[in-house]
Amino acid sequence: MPEMTTSNANASQQLYNDDFLLELRQQMMKFAVLQLSSFHQAEDVVQEALVSALQHSGSFSGRSAFKTWVFAILKNKIVDLIRQKQRLVSMSELFDTEENERSVDELFDASGHWQKSERPKAWLNPEEMMEQQDFWMIFDACLNHLPAKCAQVFMLREMIELSSDEICEKLDLSISNLNVLMYRSRARLRECLENKWLLQEDCSC
Amino acid sequence: MLTCREATQLLSEKQDRILNFKELSALQFHVMMCSPCRRFGKQMKSLSLLSKQYKKFDEGQK
Repeated sequence: MPEMTTSNANASQQLYNDDFLLELRQQMMKFAVLQLSSFHQAEDVVQEALVSALQHSGSFSGRSAFKTWVFAILKNKIVDLIRQKQRLVSMSELFDTEENERSVDELFDASGHWQKSERPKAWLNPEEMMEQQDFWMIFDACLNHLPAKCAQVFMLREMIELSSDEICEKLDLSISNLNVLMYRSRARLRECLENKWLLQEDCSC
Repeated sequence: MLTCREATQLLSEKQDRILNFKELSALQFHVMMCSPCRRFGKQMKSLSLLSKQYKKFDEGQK
């Protein structure tokens, strides 16, 4: 049993505070549902992460915020689950892709150059974009609108900040497959943000 | 000469790996001549930055 310092004793006490635990669980669920696209799997993984946090609260060093530490446990559980799921899905499901392929293809003409109507419009600089609260709601909606596999690799790369090699290893992907998935994710997210935020189309996505 | 489709694929990959000399030269030449791809390249960088800020925004709500 590791020796309890003041910081980890306080940390484990927080997990017995009903209000704190309820709020933390809701935040973890939101994050996990976004990553896994499944409420039930998110419930399971959040439960596992909380149990693990409780069991290992003695090892919390206090170097980071307690929530950050719990979320790091959750992220590891999510990556493990994604890895398990990946072994069960077929390659054809991984590239559920006629729709993906078509949506990227539609941006270009037969010679591989931009369709006139699809050429990227000028954006504000990112700092100006992120100052507007509405922007994040639309970013959230566009992210949720990505095909599941695209959203999965995009978030592992850009938000959990795994390297390409780590993602390939965890999801059993080749680097060229990952590059294609990342390209489709970015192209679709770029297009969605441009249409829904910059051009202010109806955001029913 | 790259097509816009090939150039945008490379502009995406440039976020994840160091392009080799041949790829980088072809891409730089294409982007110099093609303003839509130049914009696309800037937007790839913005997307990466926004994604990292989104994570902070999301965690900030916690």
